[in-house]
Amino acid sequence: MNLSIPFQHPDITDEMWSSIEKILQDNQNKPGSIITVLRECQQVVGYLPVELLDYIGRRMNLAPSEVYGIASFYALFSLKPKGRHTIRLCLGTACYVKGIKEVLSRIEASYGVKEGDTSEDRRFSLEAVRCLGACGLAPVMVVDQDTHGGVSADKVIDILERYE
Amino acid sequence: MPKLTVDDLKTIKAKRTPRMEFGDKTYLLICGGTGCHATGSISVKDALAKALADRELEEKVQVIETGCNGFCAMGPIMVVQPGDIFYQKLSVDDIDELIESHIIGGKPVERLLYKDPQTKKRIAVQTDIPFFANQMPRALRNKGLIDPESLEDYIARDGYQGAAKALLEMTPAQIIEEVKTSGLRGRGGAGFPTGIKWDFASKSPGKEKYVLCNADEGDPGAFMDRSILEADPHAVLEGMLIAARAIGASEGIIYARTEYPLAIKRLEIAISQAREKGLLGEDILGSGFCFDISIYQGAGAFVCGEETALMRSIEGKRGMPRPRPPFPAQKGLWEKPTVLNNVETLANIPQIIVNGGAWYASVGTETSKGTKVFALSGDVNNIGLVEVPMGTTLRTLIFDIGGGIPKKRKFKAVQLGGPSGGCVPERYLDTPVDYEAIAKVGAIMGSGGVIVMDEKTCMVDMARFFMEFIQDESCGKCTPCREGTRRLLEILVKICEGKGEKGDIEALEELSQVIRSSSLCGLGQTSPNPVLSTLRYFRDEFEAHIYEKRCPAKRCVALLKFEIDPELCAKCGLCAKNCPADAIQWEKKQVARIDKDKCIKCLTCYEKCRFGAIQ
Repeated sequence: MNLSIPFQHPDITDEMWSSIEKILQDNQNKPGSIITVLRECQQVVGYLPVELLDYIGRRMNLAPSEVYGIASFYALFSLKPKGRHTIRLCLGTACYVKGIKEVLSRIEASYGVKEGDTSEDRRFSLEAVRCLGACGLAPVMVVDQDTHGGVSADKVIDILERYE
Repeated sequence: MPKLTVDDLKTIKAKRTPRMEFGDKTYLLICGGTGCHATGSISVKDALAKALADRELEEKVQVIETGCNGFCAMGPIMVVQPGDIFYQKLSVDDIDELIESHIIGGKPVERLLYKDPQTKKRIAVQTDIPFFANQMPRALRNKGLIDPESLEDYIARDGYQGAAKALLEMTPAQIIEEVKTSGLRGRGGAGFPTGIKWDFASKSPGKEKYVLCNADEGDPGAFMDRSILEADPHAVLEGMLIAARAIGASEGIIYARTEYPLAIKRLEIAISQAREKGLLGEDILGSGFCFDISIYQGAGAFVCGEETALMRSIEGKRGMPRPRPPFPAQKGLWEKPTVLNNVETLANIPQIIVNGGAWYASVGTETSKGTKVFALSGDVNNIGLVEVPMGTTLRTLIFDIGGGIPKKRKFKAVQLGGPSGGCVPERYLDTPVDYEAIAKVGAIMGSGGVIVMDEKTCMVDMARFFMEFIQDESCGKCTPCREGTRRLLEILVKICEGKGEKGDIEALEELSQVIRSSSLCGLGQTSPNPVLSTLRYFRDEFEAHIYEKRCPAKRCVALLKFEIDPELCAKCGLCAKNCPADAIQWEKKQVARIDKDKCIKCLTCYEKCRFGAIQ
């Protein structure tokens, strides 16, 4: 596809732009499709830069405030860049009862990263998420696509060291 | 691709019966739910296929990946049929032995069978295991039996028979009447009678109507909807089709959690199969009725489980509730009459139509009919999904099916109904599961999350945990919920940090009453429940935190001294061996000592000490 790039952004490559363009074209005239657009664009870029939100708003005929309102309302959307690996800790009740809080503090202390943030070397992003529905394996940690069940504060660093 | 007719359904069923009854060969049914996938069931499945191929057994033995079996903590799980032999925690290294010993030699592998936590005996047959023996699967009737990606399997288990009957033999009024007779109430939490909901929507004027399925299973500790979608997606589609016929809708939408990728994938497969075979689309089964279903992925907001918020979200807006009336049955999605049902509710519908409402209502209590799926988790031996008749007691659920509390610890409370629910103490364990009886002891049925807590759980900390969740998920539209839950959380945090003072308990109670009576939606109105129910049954723990600066369960770090009581210390050194910070000094036959400069307050020593010596 031969496209002019709407604007330069350090985290959005030319390939990403053509994917974004396709997402926008597929959804432009569908009522209520903004959440789908945001989700798919985030899959492409890794997060949602504010400049991209404004651009999406213009293309979808929505006010920037409305797009920002939606992006900041839903937990799925991140307006900040992500690390190379994303750690998702389940903070559902079953995991909580089984000691995920201790796992969380151990990770925070070991890698100097706070919940909801990314470590300075961009190695890990640490997220506390809502119940993943894998309560049988509690406490549960998901690193990128890998689900680790029965994690403990003792074992968690050994697991994470495998992710460079 | 030709469309299926009622006769085709019968032919497919007859052809598939040997497979469903395991009469023609040996079947290895390996669980392919999220839990088992995470513990490695896919590589076990591949190893099985390879082991069978190596021995040229593929003709006689077939591996089938099923949906979630329900006994998630034991994964990867495999059941051998015929014989119903249950294997647990399989690994790739076990496969050769299993094939040689069991499949070729006819002798089950003892060490891979279920071990009863009480009697320590191995149990081979699935239905002999107490976890399964006391269940009555209805919504989960196909779990572990069918391949969720096979429409033929579903049809062989009477699939789409309910739809055929509803579309060809019944009027909408008769369908609604049958559902009313069944006494089925909404399984998502509120327990509103499904038949009455459909009746309202069917009487609402308008040509365009919607049937929505609420698959935004947000309650922490509940995973039955995920399991049903992963194990039996066609049952949900069929339930929606019947609902659509009853109210006169032509479009259905499943609002699914984006956190459930496997459930979404299986739904997508099921929808395309149903479309291809004419079970969705135009003129379904030659009835002239048209209906189609699409999936809408949510983006992570607990409040979207509330019906009006869910509809706003599908419209592409912030998922915020609005006041009712008008109810969705009059003005729902895009202002059109809409019925919203939960996954488990819909999965019950096809059998109610096939077997009749009276059949469904034949088990249960006066006001709560049929069965309910519960997700057992927390401090209990058998973790997983169980479906029991309404009226079963909490004690049976936790101690017979759940196998009691691990590590010889004592039961403390059970949390029912998620963040809107409450904690039930030991003295009410004989309460039957019934919408009204559970409400009477201060909890709610909710979506069916049952989280068991042992003596090491601090109830003030639990109240704080739930309030943190609610506060975070409050959409912010109405003031009592937005501000009130934040104030509640502040007080609870203060108490857990040892800064509680006189008047805090009273302030919690007063605030709770205001939030309950003045919030806009169900989330806000029920948000004080975890606080009120813990206060009702565990007030002494709140008082110990506030007045004695002591956490009886030893969970609140700020209230712990991190000192070792020399009287209680058994000098075993377990604490020192497990300390990750090397902060505990210990020598043989000596009392251990914690170096407070090195201590990172991680609570590992509290967890490991069997003598309660760490203060």
